[in-house]
Amino acid sequence: MMQQAATSPLLSVDNLVVEYVVGNKTVHAVSGVSFEIARGETLGLVGESGCGKSTLGRAVLQLRRAVSGHVRFDGEDLTAMQGESLRKIRRRVQLIFQDPIASLNPRRRIGDIIAEPLIIAGVKDAREREERVANVLNAVGLDPALVMGRLPHEFSGGQCQRICIARALVLNPDFIICDEPVSALDVSIRAQILNLLEEMKARFGLTLLFIAHDLAVVKAVSDRVAVMYLGRLCEVGPSEQLFARPAHPYTALLIEAIPVPDPDQRPAESVPVGEPPSPIAPPSGCRFRTRCPRADQRCRDEMPELQPVRPGQYAACHHPLTD
Amino acid sequence: MNAQALLSVENAAVDLPTARGNLRAVDSVDLTLAPGKTLGIVGESGCGKTMLSRAILQLLPKKAKLSGRVMFDGQDLTRLSPDALRKLRARSLAVVFQDPMTSLNPVLTIGTQLTETLQEHLELDTATATKRAVELLVAVGIPAPEQRLTQYPHQLSGGMRQRVAIAIALSCEPKLLIADEPTTALDVTIQAQILDLLAREQRRRHMAMIIITHDLGVVAGRTDEVAVMYAGRVVECAPTPVLFKNMHMPYTEALLAAIPKLDTPPHTALPAISGRPPDPTRPMKGCSFAPRCRYADGRCQGEKPRLERAATAAHQYACFHPIKLAAGAGA
Amino acid sequence: MATLELSIHEEAVSPVRTGRRLGMLFWTAIGWMILVFAVAILAPLLPLPSPTDMDMLERRAAFSALHWLGTDGLGRDELARLVYGARISLVVGLCAPVIGVTIGGALGMLAGYFRGRFEALAVGSMDVLLAFPPLIFALAVTAFLGQSIFNLTCVLGVLSIPAFMRVARAATLTLARREFVIAAQALGASHARILLRELLPNVALPLLAFFLLGVAVIILVEGALSFLGLGVPPPISSWGSMIGEGRESLDVAPRLAFIPAIVMFLTVLSFNLIGDTLRAITDPRQGAL
Repeated sequence: MMQQAATSPLLSVDNLVVEYVVGNKTVHAVSGVSFEIARGETLGLVGESGCGKSTLGRAVLQLRRAVSGHVRFDGEDLTAMQGESLRKIRRRVQLIFQDPIASLNPRRRIGDIIAEPLIIAGVKDAREREERVANVLNAVGLDPALVMGRLPHEFSGGQCQRICIARALVLNPDFIICDEPVSALDVSIRAQILNLLEEMKARFGLTLLFIAHDLAVVKAVSDRVAVMYLGRLCEVGPSEQLFARPAHPYTALLIEAIPVPDPDQRPAESVPVGEPPSPIAPPSGCRFRTRCPRADQRCRDEMPELQPVRPGQYAACHHPLTD
Repeated sequence: MNAQALLSVENAAVDLPTARGNLRAVDSVDLTLAPGKTLGIVGESGCGKTMLSRAILQLLPKKAKLSGRVMFDGQDLTRLSPDALRKLRARSLAVVFQDPMTSLNPVLTIGTQLTETLQEHLELDTATATKRAVELLVAVGIPAPEQRLTQYPHQLSGGMRQRVAIAIALSCEPKLLIADEPTTALDVTIQAQILDLLAREQRRRHMAMIIITHDLGVVAGRTDEVAVMYAGRVVECAPTPVLFKNMHMPYTEALLAAIPKLDTPPHTALPAISGRPPDPTRPMKGCSFAPRCRYADGRCQGEKPRLERAATAAHQYACFHPIKLAAGAGA
Repeated sequence: MATLELSIHEEAVSPVRTGRRLGMLFWTAIGWMILVFAVAILAPLLPLPSPTDMDMLERRAAFSALHWLGTDGLGRDELARLVYGARISLVVGLCAPVIGVTIGGALGMLAGYFRGRFEALAVGSMDVLLAFPPLIFALAVTAFLGQSIFNLTCVLGVLSIPAFMRVARAATLTLARREFVIAAQALGASHARILLRELLPNVALPLLAFFLLGVAVIILVEGALSFLGLGVPPPISSWGSMIGEGRESLDVAPRLAFIPAIVMFLTVLSFNLIGDTLRAITDPRQGAL
């Protein structure tokens, strides 16, 4: 079921389950997700709110411990690690968040914030740190002299996100998880940051996991895309192919719902498919069946697994949209 | 102005005193809206679109100063007494906000919030008001409406709450509905449903509507006319198809180009707009977009362009170097 | 090449100066504080008669060149007693909250960061402490261990721990979920580093503002205890005990009660004003429009 990678994948997630307790109820945030990311690839992870994509991103980094399943990074099992060894691995994997201003400590200067990873990693020479910080700030398009002595609240959202990207890059990581990096930014700034991410990926040879709810944004930067719904993966496939010919009904629904900035494409009156169910009590069998026009008894009884529908494209559906 | 227009904003300006100086949130805006039509106001954060909507609704913060006129249904809203304004609200002028969790009162049931508006403005008795409330909930597509009446906002999902907010807004049959980023906080599949609901109700009630959003996709298929705002001013205003096909403002062009679209192949570099929106406390002498505009020259930096008409009278723009001008048509 | 942020030059990222109108009231408060502190510190050097010298012939004397503020019921110089009383109030008023802020602040931060059973334990113990009637507690301690400034300070310090714990915990709870803390965890920072470098600078300010308010409250409480005769033992004078003693002379020489009361009022008010203003101007969010 895994994509055949020519060399071993950089990241391998195997049947990951993440639950957490709210009050006296258990929320099934991630229920058995498996995928791989090859070196140098960008995997886009898309889904609506409550699907568990953010939780998955944090679980990969072990910021949220999984109930079961494994995460392997470059061959090493992260789920089995603790303490110092985990901290060492963390230097190779970084995270960029949705709210750039909240990601920066409001009381620390930018220079200190970006130097922090270096200090934690044990770079003792202050001059070396300063040089590396200046280099990475230049790489993201900010002038170190103007930026290093200031506080986060003096910058706009877009600039703060550049600073966050700089912080993520300063240790020369192999892998970056981007959790909704442009959702909180203005439309005209989004394009800048997306271009910047692409450029940084090329320059530093990064592998990315790009999490977002905006399909067009995800498609713009990803090689392959995974669609998530209520804790499970619905569909995985190459970007162009997945959006041109979606195999899972949910993917098709998402694509149809996107407002297109073209007045000729008057949106068809949407079929009222109702609300997503609660992650506390997900439906039996296929979780999408309550909103799916193709659902039947089998969908209720049997949980579908990812099956190949076309070369490179996999869908977890008993009645995929194949033509 | 047009005697037929339901809403006519004339030279409106909003000034806000702040610690950093005077903030011109809205600067000489003129808008008209005919009954039953939909106007989309598009712009990024800080462009003044929210302040403009508050100015129309006369809901500006206390410190703000509004100049100009807001003519609604023949009356100048800026001159009405608070009592007269209150009567006008809900009956003629309704609003739906972005975040339904904060626009609904968390400690009152849905039923109470619906019926109190009905009883207050239409003077119905409790039984009739309750019946109307149920009808409204059905109209906005909420299943099991009788049960919802006794529920509280936190027991409903985001999409449901927004439907309730729309039901409350529509309850007194307003002539104009202003929707301020009505779907920004919602998932994309719910977004489509809510926008369809608004369009359906608008057609049914022959209501005028203003949709305020930063998403050009939202206005493309669902509005008759679009006004693009930047740095407090309306920089382009045109019927929707004309705006998208034949835009004149470099900002509109740049904005449209910078949005990632579903039919572009992955890893295509997006034509981003360099720089960022101007600081509203430091008004610029020339065109506000000049520092970021690829067509700007000396004239743009020294002089502020005013709104002028293009070839079609309905199309207005404010630029010294408009793009895609049809040959022969004067600037 | 990445698109450069041109506008960072022109708008010269104007940081809002913290000169946000520190009015006359603030500076008057500062002035009073400086006066009180200076007088208290320099007390032995000032040309004042001893506060414990009783001059039975000059009891309740009016203002004179010898006794600037007159004498009290036992012939002791009022001004000297006031000055030495300031020492007591300030020592107790500053040291007790220091106990509170260090212990309570640390407990609160740890509780808010680690959550779980530790938090339940910490909050539970604070609830127990709060349930103790403070006056009875103070009485019990003084009865067992005797009346002294040290005991008094410790008692008041311990009693102030729950309040600081709550402030610290509340501040830490909101901050610990913010993304910059998760970012630090993602970088592999140890718990200690996160607590000290990320959380403490942000929690320190609300704690400091609360500290100043705490000083004001403790001065008042010490005054009340001394008024009741439970605070500092005689012959040490404290503002509160002076008010208590002045109670007997209210009909003859009301100034004996009012003067220390006014001085205490002004001092407490100054601490409150400074605390409030500090909190308002050092909130970094308020600096960014």
